[in-house]
Amino acid sequence: MWNVSVSPHVRSSESVEKIMWTVVACLVPPLLLSVFVFGIQVLLITAVSVLSCMAVEAVSQKALGRPISVRDGSAALTGILLAFVIPPGVSFLIPALGAVMAIYIGKHLLGGLGYNIFNPALLGRSFLLATFPVAMTSAWLPPMTDGGLFAYFAAGIDGVSTATPLAVMKEQGMEAFRQMFGAPSEIYGSFFLGLRPGCIGETSGLLIVLGGLYLMYRRYITWHIPVSLLGTIALLSWLFGGESLFGGDPLLAVLTGGALLGAFYMATDYVTSPSGKTAQLVYGAGIGALTVLIRLKGGYPEGICYAILLMNPLSSVLDGWFKPKRFAPPVGGEK
Amino acid sequence: MAPTLTFPKGGVHPPESKKLTEKLLVEVMPLPAELEIILGQHIGAPCTPTVGKRAEVREGDLVAEVKKGLGVPLHAPAAGTVKAIGKSSHPIRVSAPSITLTVNRDAPPREWGVADWHHLDGQALLKKVHDGGLVGIGGAGFPTHVKLKPPADNPVDTLLLNGAECEPYITADHRVMLEHSAEVVEGARILLKILGISECYIGIENNKPDAIRSMTEAAQAASGADCRIQVMTLEVKYPQGSEKQLIEAITGRRVPAMALPSSVGVVVHNVSTTKAVRDAVVLDKPLIEKVVTVSGRGINRPTNLLVKVGTKLSDIVEHCGGTRPELARVVMGGPMMGFAVSSLAIPVTKTTSSILFLSDDELDTRPLSACIRCGWCLEACPMGLEPKEIGIYVEAHRAEDTGQFGVFECFECGSCAYVCPAKRPLVQFIRLAKMKAKR
Repeated sequence: MWNVSVSPHVRSSESVEKIMWTVVACLVPPLLLSVFVFGIQVLLITAVSVLSCMAVEAVSQKALGRPISVRDGSAALTGILLAFVIPPGVSFLIPALGAVMAIYIGKHLLGGLGYNIFNPALLGRSFLLATFPVAMTSAWLPPMTDGGLFAYFAAGIDGVSTATPLAVMKEQGMEAFRQMFGAPSEIYGSFFLGLRPGCIGETSGLLIVLGGLYLMYRRYITWHIPVSLLGTIALLSWLFGGESLFGGDPLLAVLTGGALLGAFYMATDYVTSPSGKTAQLVYGAGIGALTVLIRLKGGYPEGICYAILLMNPLSSVLDGWFKPKRFAPPVGGEK
Repeated sequence: MAPTLTFPKGGVHPPESKKLTEKLLVEVMPLPAELEIILGQHIGAPCTPTVGKRAEVREGDLVAEVKKGLGVPLHAPAAGTVKAIGKSSHPIRVSAPSITLTVNRDAPPREWGVADWHHLDGQALLKKVHDGGLVGIGGAGFPTHVKLKPPADNPVDTLLLNGAECEPYITADHRVMLEHSAEVVEGARILLKILGISECYIGIENNKPDAIRSMTEAAQAASGADCRIQVMTLEVKYPQGSEKQLIEAITGRRVPAMALPSSVGVVVHNVSTTKAVRDAVVLDKPLIEKVVTVSGRGINRPTNLLVKVGTKLSDIVEHCGGTRPELARVVMGGPMMGFAVSSLAIPVTKTTSSILFLSDDELDTRPLSACIRCGWCLEACPMGLEPKEIGIYVEAHRAEDTGQFGVFECFECGSCAYVCPAKRPLVQFIRLAKMKAKR
């Protein structure tokens, strides 16, 4: 007897598994650079995060009586993204607890992959930020100045701080920022390459962007969310980010505070972002605006994490507002 | 070469898989011992037999006709004796009323005359189209003569011939256009005369350059003061051959939902139907046979086969050297919209364009998972619908609320399910939704 089923009988070779593991693969180069810049601790933190996420996924699914789907790569992806948004100097307990929040509460208690409202990795980060505020905002590691690569690239940088750039800018002002990191024009390069303190995945803007472009080439993500998100951050930071109107530094705003990681990897998460292209443009702009609002007026130096979490639940609302254009609806409209 | 035309929204690019048969000449299959002629081969009322059991029939004799309602007559595909009037296996309805004919393989094939049709008027030609039992043999099976009588309030100015053949594997129309270019074009002239118009476009996908060349030559030779027949090259993109998509690609006009092509002044016929129209008018030969592509990696000898209507799949399999061990699924029609069948007792009908014997490698039977809202189905849908939402509603037992997503505009091309990375059976969900949603 043959296999019978409803058409179509041929299907594309793409799968959820293939997408997830490809995104994971795109995050490996920035991870390796981060290991190189901050040391082996980064690799251990990431390993703990990824393995905890996968373990929590398996245990959650087992406990909830659902089929175990650890192999689809979505838990591994959440794990690597969670590691990317915590400081490299924290204890191993922190990523493990973050994994429980991200995977068990943020994902499986809401119905599992496809049903989660919030980006699990960012939910994990916000939980950790509330629970371990000191560690999460101070366990930065200085880039290893004795590293060969760093010494080569950092020749132009005078000082090395263990505070993050946006925190310095916010709390101590532009003057202190310049003293610590050099004039903005000098530091674009080092920020782009990733030679400054920050979260594990915040390091190299270049590698984040390259990974994002590869995902676009594979058509796994499109330009809509990253471009509208980063464009809005740049525009609003230029307008309101400086001492006077039009006095801000748009490029610095985009290169700092995890904006690139958020734009290419967090805000483009399929499940928690809108599906329609117009809705995606609005969604990206909303995240960008909220990010700048939090950075400039809020209590945190960095805003993209909460901006994405605030926009997540609006995704399906936006999809409802900006529906695809029907080919040709019935003459006389819908009944 | 002229620029290639296409429809603007959605569409997918499944592997074409036409190499297996596209270069193979159409071969005539020897008569099988028995034919099963299903009585409902078209959209409309099924036929009622006009012959009784044990009746002797010649090839082309009338064996059934529609007494009341929409439909066309059926003819004996070969000489023989009526063995039974009963039921046959059917790909969709499981079983359906039919006439079983014991074929007289010794009877000489019928000689078909050649008639000049130019002196006939539209009415007389239309009657020949009806009497020839013609239906849209591209797959839909809509009676051809009905499409040639558009409503009076929708004047038609353009005839489109569909030679897109966008479904993977199938090469039947390709071979017909290549081997019978002049006949197809003559059929187009007959259709133009019936419709009383002069403009005809023949749409052919880019992956059939030989057919485009041959059809262009034939069309140029036949075009004149009274008619203009032009071949249009179409981009290779599925579902280019869908009626509404083809009309938009070639004429730029959009047929509204629930409306017929005549509402935008267009009538569409498949190229093989057009060739059959020519045979019915010029040779007085009814629609009793058709070119079927037999393909896939599950059959020993893929081929393009001219078979009699009523030939059982089992006879075709035998003629094509049997199936291979890797055969996993048998599909009547294309891989995107065809029906999987579970028996080889099913006979070919007027609308069978291909029989695919697919191996495991060609199929994808991975299990479905939850929708991850990637939105790929929104990009793929040529009708601008939201397949993911319809699927989610059906899973949540809210199929009756899917009218808001335009579920009735879906023609089940399968593009959404083709691209879905979660392997969701979106066409199946949509069929369920159509059963329950309020129109």
